[in-house]
Amino acid sequence: MYKVSSKLNLFAFVLMGLGIIATVWGFMSAPGSEDDVKEMLANEAAHHGDDHGAAADTHQVAGHGDAHHGGDHATDGDHHGGDHIEHLYHQLSNRPWAALYVACFFFFMIGLGVLAFYAVQRAAQAGWSPGLFRVMEGISSYILPGGIIMFIILLVSGLHMNHIFVWMNEGIADPGHENYDALVAGKQGFLNVPFWLFRAGAFLVGWNLYRWNVRKFSLKQDESPEGNVWHKKAFKHSAAFLVFFIVTESIMSWDWIMSFDPHWFSTLFGWYVFASMFVSGITVIALVTIYLKGKGELEWINDSHIHDLAKFMFGVSIFWTYLWFSQFMLIWYSNIPEEVTYFVTRIEDYNLLFFGMVAINFLFPLLVLMNSDFKRINWFVITAGFFILVGHYLDIYVMIMPATVGESWFIGLTELGPVMFFAGLFLFWVFRSISQAPLLPKGDPFIGESKNFHY
Amino acid sequence: MSDKTIHAFYTDDDVLLSAVKQVREKHYHIEEVFTPFPVHGLEKAMGIADTRLAINAFLYGIVGLTVATVMMNYIMIEDWPQNIGGKPSFSYIENMPAFVPIMFELTVFFAAHLMVITFYLRSRLWPFKKAENPDVRTTDDHFLMEVDVTGKDVEEVTKFLQDTGAVEINLIDKDAH
Repeated sequence: MYKVSSKLNLFAFVLMGLGIIATVWGFMSAPGSEDDVKEMLANEAAHHGDDHGAAADTHQVAGHGDAHHGGDHATDGDHHGGDHIEHLYHQLSNRPWAALYVACFFFFMIGLGVLAFYAVQRAAQAGWSPGLFRVMEGISSYILPGGIIMFIILLVSGLHMNHIFVWMNEGIADPGHENYDALVAGKQGFLNVPFWLFRAGAFLVGWNLYRWNVRKFSLKQDESPEGNVWHKKAFKHSAAFLVFFIVTESIMSWDWIMSFDPHWFSTLFGWYVFASMFVSGITVIALVTIYLKGKGELEWINDSHIHDLAKFMFGVSIFWTYLWFSQFMLIWYSNIPEEVTYFVTRIEDYNLLFFGMVAINFLFPLLVLMNSDFKRINWFVITAGFFILVGHYLDIYVMIMPATVGESWFIGLTELGPVMFFAGLFLFWVFRSISQAPLLPKGDPFIGESKNFHY
Repeated sequence: MSDKTIHAFYTDDDVLLSAVKQVREKHYHIEEVFTPFPVHGLEKAMGIADTRLAINAFLYGIVGLTVATVMMNYIMIEDWPQNIGGKPSFSYIENMPAFVPIMFELTVFFAAHLMVITFYLRSRLWPFKKAENPDVRTTDDHFLMEVDVTGKDVEEVTKFLQDTGAVEINLIDKDAH
């Protein structure tokens, strides 16, 4: 039985501790009122003199051009400065919340992606992978704590303790109100806080229920492998889960991510987010497997298994790019204002990140993992995996930040704090779950094939 | 000195695979193995060097990508400038998203077709070519291993091959042809 090294646990707790400190600092340093923002701008101008005055100017220009929250800002020219300050204040106070949200979702989606991958292996009755089942079960266990925190953040947003979701603004569906937005009002039948929270809760319960059951079946199969009763049960549950998952995952991606831009929609958004979570999940399976092998565990896993995981990392990265491009090209080509604003904001305010993350997520795996021999070399897989994870964090970042903090984005302690916290929690929880059961699912009917797997 | 080979027949791919390994351990020279279907791991067991087809495929893909880029730059930008998606910038790089599907398709097209042609040439296969396999049963349900026995004790090799599971063994004297 695998025992988590105390070094790893210590590392996880240090990450969590530092993460909490940085996150709290991020919340404290967010401006408390519009006056704080005024003071901050004045300080900046005084400190840096001319250089920064120019930067502040560009801020102002960008603030007007923000097509996102409608053209209202630009029209009332009277409160030029006041509007800008208010706008900046909203963005800066959203920043710690949005940073928390991105990091929380990113690690949650890794767990969910691994769960989907595991269900695929079960439903396909794959012969190569049962040797890795305990690793996948361990990683997917993160959807319990990750899901609970995710739900708390959604609940807090729904209770108006932050304003990262524009569509929750007061009076948005009330024709007399200054916040009235006809497009969002038309979507209120679906996009209203109680139903939105209900959906989130139902999906999280459904996913966790499957994970709970299938883990139980997997352990039971080891105890009593006769007749493969538990194996068949796991097969049926996995097949049913995949149907449930692809529908709920799609709706989840509209609810939790696409609704940050409530005017905009993309019909393949669910697939796009799915590709992101799938490739991140598979990458983490590969990284954890390599780590455990380095500790002398998983002696039945050979480089053919790593090769297969690397093939999946390569293939799903290409699949992700295909979806990214399909979404981008159609909208770029047709150039319809209400659709194209999504990409205009990203190209203008997030240029480097937006195109940089495509390069990291596409070119990097393409070139590093194309060669068949490289897919069996651990450090190639680790390097590619590291960049894939960074790239997909940035992918989620670029999905969420433009609608919440707009052009006031930055990647600093405010952003790294939550990442460190959730990374620590992820490591701690995942390795704890992995250490709770024997790493070899000895009762699985395909375990012999998996042990002898050779490419 | 006469050129002699033995044709050993097998009826099962697993038996064949283990026979190939044993023959190589004994340091007999296997000239060729004929099988009715691709046998997984056979090249490795026979000690054949890895295929370089993959490197070719990569190079062919780059050729395809280049052809697509040059072709569309000439057609859509230089020779008859087109207004693409209401954005008449007449620049290849600015209109690139519109060209990506064709760039992708031609990359795949070139890689796939040239790879097949290379494979045929390398395997010396062309239309109206006469089949090379020495026994028609290798296209049905038999596996054939050609072992060079020039200067070796034919009796001993035959006995050894029978032990590896061969169902039929013929001695072929190439000079007789």
